[in-house]
Amino acid sequence: MAIRVINEKCKGCEKCVPLCPPGAIFMENKLAVIGPECNVCNQCLEPKFCPFGAFEKVAQEEVAGVDLSLYKDVWVFAEQREGKLMGVSIELLGEGKRLADDVGCKVCAILCGEHVEDLITELFEYGADIVYYANAPELKTYNTDAYTQVIYQAILKYKPEIVLLGATHIGRDLGPCIAVKSETGLTADCTQLDIDAEDKKLMQTRPAFGGNLMATIVCPKHRPQMSTVRPGVMAKPERVANRVAERIDLEVSFKKGDIRMDVVEIVKAMKEIVSLTDAEVIVSGGAGLGNAEGFELVKKLADRLGGVVGSSRAAVDAGWIDHSHQVGQTGTTVKPRLYIACGISGAIQHLAGMQSSDYIVAINKAENAPIFEVADYGICGDLYKVIPAILDSLG
Amino acid sequence: MKLLVLVKQVPDTNEVTIDPATGTLIREGVPSILNPDDANALEEALALKDQYPGTTVCVISMGPPQAMYMLRECLAMGADEAYLLSSRVFGGADTCATSTTLAAGVEKIGKYDIIFAGRQAIDGDTAQVGPQTAQRLGIPSVTYVQKIREIKEKTVVVERALEDGYEVIEIQKPCVLTAIKELNKPRYMTVRQIEEAYQKEITVWDEIALNVNPKDVGLVASPTQVFKSFTPPPKGAGEMLHGTVSEMAATLVAKLTEKHVL
Repeated sequence: MAIRVINEKCKGCEKCVPLCPPGAIFMENKLAVIGPECNVCNQCLEPKFCPFGAFEKVAQEEVAGVDLSLYKDVWVFAEQREGKLMGVSIELLGEGKRLADDVGCKVCAILCGEHVEDLITELFEYGADIVYYANAPELKTYNTDAYTQVIYQAILKYKPEIVLLGATHIGRDLGPCIAVKSETGLTADCTQLDIDAEDKKLMQTRPAFGGNLMATIVCPKHRPQMSTVRPGVMAKPERVANRVAERIDLEVSFKKGDIRMDVVEIVKAMKEIVSLTDAEVIVSGGAGLGNAEGFELVKKLADRLGGVVGSSRAAVDAGWIDHSHQVGQTGTTVKPRLYIACGISGAIQHLAGMQSSDYIVAINKAENAPIFEVADYGICGDLYKVIPAILDSLG
Repeated sequence: MKLLVLVKQVPDTNEVTIDPATGTLIREGVPSILNPDDANALEEALALKDQYPGTTVCVISMGPPQAMYMLRECLAMGADEAYLLSSRVFGGADTCATSTTLAAGVEKIGKYDIIFAGRQAIDGDTAQVGPQTAQRLGIPSVTYVQKIREIKEKTVVVERALEDGYEVIEIQKPCVLTAIKELNKPRYMTVRQIEEAYQKEITVWDEIALNVNPKDVGLVASPTQVFKSFTPPPKGAGEMLHGTVSEMAATLVAKLTEKHVL
């Protein structure tokens, strides 16, 4: 598909030029022209974009895809580290099951490791109908080359329709490699997945353009349809004790030259581990703190409420706090019981990461800050006065 | 050594706002910048050049002609050569198709030791193009590189950041390494270098120069399509508290207690 300007309708008003997200529209002879930057985001089709309806979507010659009927089932990459399943993989089994029910197929897990048979049972109990299991010493810890090869070969053989991975550092490394080998698309950091009722395709919604827009992405002609999903976005399914399902062992063999990298050692951080995803209360600081010391006050409130400290991207970029505290699109997605945003204006990339919190309190000097639009309770004021006052009220 | 750096010119998405009346994006006045992670990728290549005399650093970008400005900036930071892969047929590409074009550009440049790229670009945040270009070139890759420990004759030893620490990886050359901001602090341009940058030529290649089939690149070769895009609906309006600071604080604590949040 592509976007075309209907020259008869274009009045040359130039209103569209600054509105186009990728900046693809320019003027030529008093008519709008679509440049190569166009990524067919469809914003220009919205009535509020062009009052004259001068943009339309047209079909263009498309490359033939694959035979879609050969592909079935939803796969979840069961990411394990040191023999423990990552929480996001369990969340994805729940989400995968929901999608599989909508499509009318099975939800399966693909597990790589060395002697991690215990996890097969766990995956059954969290709902996997089939566990594809690759067992080899080369797979003990994550290795891009080894994991890519094994999973790519399994995809070739068993042809899943959908493959979901957690958007962890590992999932975001593995996903792109598998997708390009399979000549298919991958949508990163999805926050919502749905099945189109008509043609059963996967609708993958993610923040786009720095989180300023949400985009729903489809992969109509290639399979599998692949997504990475942020940890903490989907709900964990219930564990059913003693549930047993099918296990399929994958053949694994590596030739010399297949694995071109070696994980020499894994070092656990000495720094404080911030478990934002599990926190019930998060108190976050942003640019409005003005300096790194401001986080001491934020921490005081977090400690008093038994919570942890979060931050906006701006505070991380300013070097005031470690990235591990960052909430938002490029940080962690959180949904605590209480989220208190201090001096955070509320860029949409931040909102994308915290707006599903149960209760949101915003403290900001600027009364028109977007954070107030998502807040249950807003306090317009100086956080250096407001936070101590809250601490006083708490006694 | 020959080091290649994949760079992208992006709108500074931190500066983008939404018009609350129409719900559309306001791009006007938003500056185009060298993608932040790519600046770290370039810095690492330049630091190696400082350390190993005889090293050349080439920057490669796929983008519209305006990306020349960003490439000049890279030259002014100290890159030796700049290549712009630009053509209408490259446009509208998703990461899968972008990696095809970039790999074609890399192959035309020829022999190299390491390709650096930023982990992700702030306009897409996908983190896919680096590893996907490596797959297209048939070479290994490490993403989220936070430190280069050692360059050996046939391998590189790097630290790859994990959520709760890092791993040390020894990877065969040639390879792709994607940089995160913890890797280094990008240098500034100097006046002399800015002057010199304008003496240097930027090579522009289109699909004919790269010898790629237009059907294999750009929008037509992109498996993913945007079905629709929309501004996220804000949550229902909450309540602004009023009064003095201590009154507001007391009201807040009372309301949260009432809702059993505290």
